[in-house]
This record gives sequence, C-alpha cells and structure tokens, in this order.
Amino acid sequence: MNSQDMSGFPLELQGETVPMVSFRKVTKSYGNLVVMDSLDLDIAEGEMVTIIGPSGSGKTTVLRMLMTLETINGGVIYVDGKPLTHMPDGNGLVHANDRYLRRMRSKIGMCFQHFNLFPHMTALENCMEGPVHVLGLSKKEARERSEELLAMVGMADKRNQHPSRLSGGQQQRVAIARAMAMRPKVMLFDEVTSALDPEVIGEVTNVIRKLVAEHHLTMLMVTHQMGFAKDISDRVCFFYGGRIEEQGAPEELFGNPRRERTQQFLSAVKEAI
Amino acid sequence: MFDWRWDFTWDILPRLIVATGNTLLAAGLGYAIAVVLGLAFALAQRTPYRAVTVVVREAVEFVRSTPLVLQIFFVFYVGPQFGLRLSPWTAGMIAIGLHYAAYLSEVYRGGLESVPKGQWEAATSLNLSTARTYFRVIIPQALPPSLAGMGNYLVGILKDTPMLSVIGVAELMHTANAIGSETYRFLEPYTLVGIIFLLISLPTATGIRLFEAWMRRKLGMI
Repeated sequence: MNSQDMSGFPLELQGETVPMVSFRKVTKSYGNLVVMDSLDLDIAEGEMVTIIGPSGSGKTTVLRMLMTLETINGGVIYVDGKPLTHMPDGNGLVHANDRYLRRMRSKIGMCFQHFNLFPHMTALENCMEGPVHVLGLSKKEARERSEELLAMVGMADKRNQHPSRLSGGQQQRVAIARAMAMRPKVMLFDEVTSALDPEVIGEVTNVIRKLVAEHHLTMLMVTHQMGFAKDISDRVCFFYGGRIEEQGAPEELFGNPRRERTQQFLSAVKEAI
Repeated sequence: MFDWRWDFTWDILPRLIVATGNTLLAAGLGYAIAVVLGLAFALAQRTPYRAVTVVVREAVEFVRSTPLVLQIFFVFYVGPQFGLRLSPWTAGMIAIGLHYAAYLSEVYRGGLESVPKGQWEAATSLNLSTARTYFRVIIPQALPPSLAGMGNYLVGILKDTPMLSVIGVAELMHTANAIGSETYRFLEPYTLVGIIFLLISLPTATGIRLFEAWMRRKLGMI
C-alpha cells in the first residue's frame, strides 16, 4: 500500500475554486473485495451532496473514509485543499500519521445511523466533551455553545437527560448538536434516519434542513429518504458497485435518470413506497 | 466431646481482631495494586504494538496458570538471589497484587470489548485523543459490566490472604497458627477465623451488588 505511485497527486490543491472535499482515485478493498473503485468526487464549499444507492454499493464507505474511520488503499482524499489521508513529506505525499490526522480531522463532523451518543453523559455533557477537551474551550464557553446548539435542534429542555431517557429522534438531534459544537467545515450524515420510527424522521430531517438554510456548511449525506434527498440536495450521486454510476442535480437524476441501473433502483424504491 | 472454652475464646479474641486489621490491610493493598495493574495489563493487550500485546498476554497467562502460593514463595525466597530483598509484607503484596492483576485484566478485557464499536467511532469523529477516549468514553462504560467480576475477585483476594502466612505476614491465619502452637488449642482460633472471614465476606458481596446498581444508575444506564 506504501508502494503506490504518489507522483500524480499534488501536495496541495490550487486554483480559483478549490473544492472543500476532493476524492482522487480513491480505492478501498478488503482482501479481494473492492468496495471503492478509483473514486473521483469533488464537493464544493457549501454544497449539499446526497449519496443514494443499493446496500453494499459503498455509500457509507465514502463517509467513513472521509471521517478517517477507514484507511484507504489507493488515491488521496483532500479536505479544504490539503491532503487528509496523506501528508506532505519533502516533495511527496506519505501516509498521514496520527498527529496530522487529528489536525485535519477537526474540519469534519459526522452523525451516525445509531447516534452513538455517550450513554453515561447527559445531552449537554455529550455536546461539551469535544469543545472542552479537544478545542480547549472553557467550560463556560463550551456550555454556552452547546446550549445554543441544543436549542437550535429543539432539545434545550432535555439537556440534562441521559440518552437512555431520550427517543431515537431526540438522540439523533443531540448527536447533530454534538457534531456541530466542534464547528466543522464539512458535515457527514450517515443514514441518520434509518434507525428511526417513521413518525420521528421529520424532526431530524427538519433539523438538517435548518442547518442547510442557516449554516454555510459543506454536507455529504447518505440516505434512503428519496423525497428528502430531492428537496435538499444540490447534487445527488447514485452509487453502484463501489463507483458513481450517475450523478446530477436532484430534479435531473430523479426526474430523468439516464443509466439503466439508476432507473431500476429508483423504480424499485418507488414500489417500496 | 465438644471442648469449647469460652474463657480461652475471650482471651484470644483481641489478638485475632488485631490480626483482622492486617488481613483487611493486606486484602485492600493487594486489591488496589491489582485494580490498577490489571487495567494496565488489559490496556497493554489492546495497543497496536504486537510485541507488547504478546508479552503481556503471555505473562498474564503464566501468572494465571501457576499457584499463588508458589508465586509468593518465589518472590520472597528467590527474589534475594536476584538482589531483591523484600520484607514479607512487600513480597506478599507484590505476589498477590500481580496474581489478581492477571485475573482482573481478563475481567476488564471483557468489559472493554463489550463497549460498542460505534462509541470509538463517535470519539474519533469528535477528534478525542486515544487516552481521552479510554478514560472518558470507554472505561466508564466498561466498568459496570466488569463490577460483578471485580467483586468476586475482591472476595477472592480476601480469602487468599491466609496464603501470606507462609512467609510470615501476621494476618489472621498466621496468628491463629501461632496461638495454636503456643497453647495446643486449635478449635477456638480456627473457628473464630472462619467466623471472622464470613462476617467480612458476606457484607462485602452485598456491598458490591449495591455499588454495581448505584454505578449503573449514576452512569445513566438504567
């Protein structure tokens, strides 16, 4: 994995419009199983990109690679113009060490399908943990910031509750506030409504709508909520077999899909509804 | 046939009560060493450095597979050959602390492994350092499921303190033996030792259960 030729990858992205996130020929495999096949994907600053596709198509892997939860086997991911998975060493790129990863990772936040709140901390403590212990904010500052965010997601009155006392939708809203408290430039949403009862999905999607409207964030979202994806996205990517099969503006991709696999997937999803 | 002498019982009770203090001290100190060292062993087995994990895992396995009394003798009598001259107390605490650390490390390992992977991923997504992740996120959640096992070994170490009598630590068993060889009466001292152990063990076990429930409540887990 160290032997790959890194000469085609710049130390830094330059130009008029540097994308906030850039996947360049990114490959990920487990043994012989290739889950991501030379992915090229640029996401502009402030852009909301949604990834859809059948299960096993590599949707979630895209987010996990960007959050550095998965190491990649080839290519380079850039964030904010700088390499994320690699770091400059002399005139070339080498695999990023932990210190470099920690610095770069601070630009990215993530919400998970199963919320992953810390069960032994209250909603407020969950939100304050990162700001206090990673960003070095004072407890007072972190509390103010967290309370503001909990109010934004409509959870101010539950701030002293532990996750076990909250519904799934409430937990996911706290998780969004927790990720936002780190002031990331890029937010990742990994099937954040998939584990929720249908009647509470709206409370989470509404929070995400609010984020899109009020914050200039770059967002990458994996979802099965096609209607929501259509409403909110600037661009939709349809993944199939570890590759982008088709991408485009939501009205285009949903209204007039060109590729056969996209058509099949979308009609299968429609039937399910 | 049953020659129980109450006057003798009252005579030796003060000596045994003093020795009970030593037993509690030995169990407490030994357990404190085991709790901390056991955690270090458990964490060492999770580092990405293979050499460290293999050495610690084998050491733990070695300690668990050999008798405690042998380990006590070894530290006390073989130690001086390596220039390690230790008092019975020090040697005893090292031996029993190490022995129970090996067992506790397995309890911790189970607890640590019971914490879902998503907790690690959330900590990574918040950019928490590995040390912070362990001490703020993982260990607090690994603790409640470990408490029952930890409690068993607390009672276990208490009951194993008589082994320290073999190198002359003046705990309960040692004192009862001494009384026996001075007076040739064994019924009263040994019976009293049994009762004293029972009086300590039973409330300890109950206390552990209460503590476990309290801990789960405090951590918001029920």
